[in-house]
Amino acid sequence: MTRTRNSRSILPGFGLSLGFTVAYLGLIVLIPLSAAFIRTAGMSWHDFVAAVSSPRVIAAYRLSFGASLAAGLVNVVFGLVVAWVLVRYSFPGKRIVDSLVDLPFALPTAVAGIALTSLYSPNGWVGRWLVPLGFRVAFTWSGVFVALTFIGLPFVVRTVQPVLLELEPEIEEASSTLGASRLQTVIRILLPELAPSLLTGFALAFARALGEYGSVVFISGNMPMRTEIVPLLIITKLEQYDYQGATAIAVVMLVSSFVLLLLINLLQKWSRRHQAI
Amino acid sequence: MASAIASTLATRPVRAVSHRATRDPAWARWALTAVALLFLAFFLVLPLLVVFVQALDKGGAYFLATVREPDALASIRLTLLTVAIAVPANVTFGVSAAWAIAKFRFPGKSLLTTLIDLPFAVSPVISGLIYVLVFGAQGWLGPWLIDHNIRIIFAVPGIILATTFVTFPFVARELIPLMQAQGTDEEYSAVTLGASGWQTFWRVTLPNIRWGLLYGVILCNARAMGEFGAVSVVSGHIRGETNTMPLHVEILYNEYNIVGAFAVASLLALLALATLVLKSIVEWRQTGTP
Repeated sequence: MTRTRNSRSILPGFGLSLGFTVAYLGLIVLIPLSAAFIRTAGMSWHDFVAAVSSPRVIAAYRLSFGASLAAGLVNVVFGLVVAWVLVRYSFPGKRIVDSLVDLPFALPTAVAGIALTSLYSPNGWVGRWLVPLGFRVAFTWSGVFVALTFIGLPFVVRTVQPVLLELEPEIEEASSTLGASRLQTVIRILLPELAPSLLTGFALAFARALGEYGSVVFISGNMPMRTEIVPLLIITKLEQYDYQGATAIAVVMLVSSFVLLLLINLLQKWSRRHQAI
Repeated sequence: MASAIASTLATRPVRAVSHRATRDPAWARWALTAVALLFLAFFLVLPLLVVFVQALDKGGAYFLATVREPDALASIRLTLLTVAIAVPANVTFGVSAAWAIAKFRFPGKSLLTTLIDLPFAVSPVISGLIYVLVFGAQGWLGPWLIDHNIRIIFAVPGIILATTFVTFPFVARELIPLMQAQGTDEEYSAVTLGASGWQTFWRVTLPNIRWGLLYGVILCNARAMGEFGAVSVVSGHIRGETNTMPLHVEILYNEYNIVGAFAVASLLALLALATLVLKSIVEWRQTGTP
């Protein structure tokens, strides 16, 4: 092992580890990802716009983005409550409940998909109560929304929990000695502290929900223009050998995902700086 | 030797805060707890329950018969094979990336870390699509592969590749912050005492990172066994040959063999529960709480 002037470290293995890392990254991730963009670059602008803005595609975008947004918002509200309860209160079985929150991470999406469909179909355990009341969930927009809520559930809880844990009680005590009621303290002091992590959790849940396939494709019914999500549309086009159309739509989704990823990274940086005060 | 874990493992301890000024009124505590538990019961427990109840709906014999069918066994074998290749490959990558990033100085570290995170941002279906674009019949390597009679898409190698892509970041994301937090002191000491690179790694670094590594492997494994969207695109759904367990569940479900579908699904659900248990064990061991 030779020591060069610009030795980065006396530890060996830099060349090997970085070389393998970059090669593996390039082969498995970067080159295949670039295939989508390069393929689309070969399309004319006119064809590209036509492929990504046909009514069926627009309907799919509306469904995917809309349902993901709604599910994310529900998860923000309930995720905050769950995180609050898990951090601040005790009850028997709390440890088990805490572990269970990660179930949507661990459960295969296809299993979640058929389970939710079974629950909400007209003779399912939940569906049989909802349908007579006029709420059709399975095979409608609401079914997509329910599935995406399941999928995004852990994200807000897991981003808010550490922040809640690190909150110093002194802040609340100071607020209380200054005369604020408990509700005022929560709304005006604690919620702003939690805002960055809530936003991050929302963005993570939203990003995950956008691309979700397995949990949704069973309960949605997959009717074009009505309950067809974007990932399914991509698969349908692939099966029809419309590679160009599928890739064009995929590129739109990739760009949205990367923008979201960037946003999430910025949010996390902001919230870390916010906490460090 | 204390090891500071900067990854998700550090956020695990669950304690109840009970200072007087920070206590919520009793009615609020009851109400919020009830809302939280009802929400979780409805959205988490209910789906889990329905899997197991439906799986056993036609009795244990039917369950066993479904799971022992040749196609089902083939799907289990394929799932296990995929995991046996994808997980070690990503572990090797994760360790290599964490070693390079944590123990050395070089420009472009945060770019590298962001690139490693990319597969998380990509929808599973698109993850499969990009491999079709490279290896499919109309893809970049398509004609070459056909000439050499190599099948990647609609065959097992494609499934393994797509699964590797989807589970790519898991181990690296656990190890990079962990090894960065642990620093380089111990490795330096080992080297100055005459250890070679490999010795340093095996006998100094590896014991330090073993819990983070195990955690990453557990997550990677769970995702690899359950991956559906990406595999669905590249697999071709050839019964008995290119169906993993999730795909087999889909086939049974689409044939209206609901109980059969849930039977195979219950195996995957058991895997998910085992994953949660193992995760918890690793977290408790790591943070030292009993």
